[in-house]
Amino acid sequence: MSAPGLHARFHGRIGDFPLHAAIDAPASGVTALFGPSGCGKTTVLRCIAGLGRMADGFCALGDEVWQDKSRFLPTHRRPIGYVFQEASLFPHLSVRRNLLYGAPAGSMVGAAFGYDEVVELFGLGPLLERSPRNLSGGERQRVALGRALLSQPNLLLMDEPLSALDATAKEEILPYLERLHARVSLPVVYVTHDMREVERLADHLVLMETGRVAAAGPLADLLSDPALPFARAREAAVMLDAVVRAHDPHYGLLELDVNGGRFLTPAPAGVVGEHRRLKVTASDVSLARNPPGPSSIVNILRARILHATETGPAEMIVVLGLGEAGAGARLLSRLTLRSWETLGLAEGMPVYAQVKSVALARNRAVREA
Amino acid sequence: MLSGLPPDLGRIILLTLQLATITTLILLVVATPLAWWLARSPSRWKEVVAAFVSLPIVLPPTVLGFYLLIALGPQGPGGALAGLWGGRTLAFTFEGLVIGSIIYSMPFVVQPVRNAFAAMGDRPLEVAATLRASPWRAFWTVALPIASPGLLTGAILGFAHTIGEFGVVLMIGGNIPGRTRVLSTAIFDYVENSQWREANILAGGMVVFAFAVVLAMILLEKRVTGARP
Repeated sequence: MSAPGLHARFHGRIGDFPLHAAIDAPASGVTALFGPSGCGKTTVLRCIAGLGRMADGFCALGDEVWQDKSRFLPTHRRPIGYVFQEASLFPHLSVRRNLLYGAPAGSMVGAAFGYDEVVELFGLGPLLERSPRNLSGGERQRVALGRALLSQPNLLLMDEPLSALDATAKEEILPYLERLHARVSLPVVYVTHDMREVERLADHLVLMETGRVAAAGPLADLLSDPALPFARAREAAVMLDAVVRAHDPHYGLLELDVNGGRFLTPAPAGVVGEHRRLKVTASDVSLARNPPGPSSIVNILRARILHATETGPAEMIVVLGLGEAGAGARLLSRLTLRSWETLGLAEGMPVYAQVKSVALARNRAVREA
Repeated sequence: MLSGLPPDLGRIILLTLQLATITTLILLVVATPLAWWLARSPSRWKEVVAAFVSLPIVLPPTVLGFYLLIALGPQGPGGALAGLWGGRTLAFTFEGLVIGSIIYSMPFVVQPVRNAFAAMGDRPLEVAATLRASPWRAFWTVALPIASPGLLTGAILGFAHTIGEFGVVLMIGGNIPGRTRVLSTAIFDYVENSQWREANILAGGMVVFAFAVVLAMILLEKRVTGARP
């Protein structure tokens, strides 16, 4: 049990249903705890922080055991950062003193997160001397994020940090979270019920349903698993890890490599070798058995049909593996049953996937503060 | 004009202010942890304790004074306490008056402080804990500052209430000039002796004082609630 990362198991009751949750978060990257409201996500997060306690529980970060049968480390002894749903800044302290409340006393030289860096990372410079009372919801949440990081955590826990914000404030804060994601190399557990946040931020996904874990694994695996609700949903999509390869300034197209294929998408130039996240929606992917003739579709990729499931009386969801052998990244394609049969498609068959549009789900584009 | 004032007025006012100040300071120290426990403990017994603390609000001051007199007297714990420095009793002493005032004014301090701690909720303390603050540090750096308007209200109420107490003082203090004679009992004396003019001056002063206290409380309340984020 000394593998790096977070390992937590909790058994108990919340309200009128039992909770049996096993959560593992790798040593770096964002693990999204996803599920409908009231399924126990927040309870699990609070138990990890030690704010809640289940008698039958185990919680360890790497070799450090925080809870087992014989011990329970109180919250203030756990090296965590916690961002609550509402920012919960201390109303009697200025932004600066809020930020420094959890920071180690004395010099912060050598600390993982420096004061100046955090102020810069979340654009807090102009807010420092203000009172939390005079901040907008988005600004407060940025301060709360900075405050959590300055306490030099080894594990960052976030409980729906965007859900109390309106759409504009959400859009304002997401780039900061993406920036955070790019900067930190510690495990992050992020509770949310918003699929958009999962798509933009998560690397790993834990799907919860009424007190139990329905599925857990890397985001790409879960999104393309036809047995799970994600792939069967109307707006089913996969997220692809892409690396910037080149930019065509004449047409304004960015060329990106993914495992088993290459995409072109309208976007400003990027640094070659940089990672981006591409979103490909199942309904934007159509299939052809032969190389299509001249077409307005830019992205036509070779792929192999790995799996197909009927999702209704008239439709199918098809899982594709990119590349001739189908060994690359997964794509989803939504087809009518009629197309499936008239084309004579079958599992294992090589096809051409025509992708009508791809979107950059995670921009490097963070407005410099 | 000054010559028209009662001769011992200065001493009476000084003693009254001394009593109220000492009582208020001790009450803040005693009532704050009690209010904290009442606001946050899951114990089933806390409402019993709260009711006990609130008794002076409904009990006739003479009843309270009667029991205090017994407790402070030579046969009670107060007498034993007085024995430590060679005294025989705490009744009819300034120290006895302080003890009586503390018990009498306790609910007026405990209630607003308890409300302030309760209104704050768990969240600020949870936040402090996630920022490595020990419960002790969280109490001093987060809970107390956030609850400070409640503490101020409690202090003002406790102070004003101590100045206004009469029945208990009369029972355990004996109205001894220079030692236990305070404003409220002095008024009673003047009326007894048909010194209406002196009684009028003191009573009028008390009305002005009480008005100032209530106005200050209302303004304080307004400032605090108006500034909530």
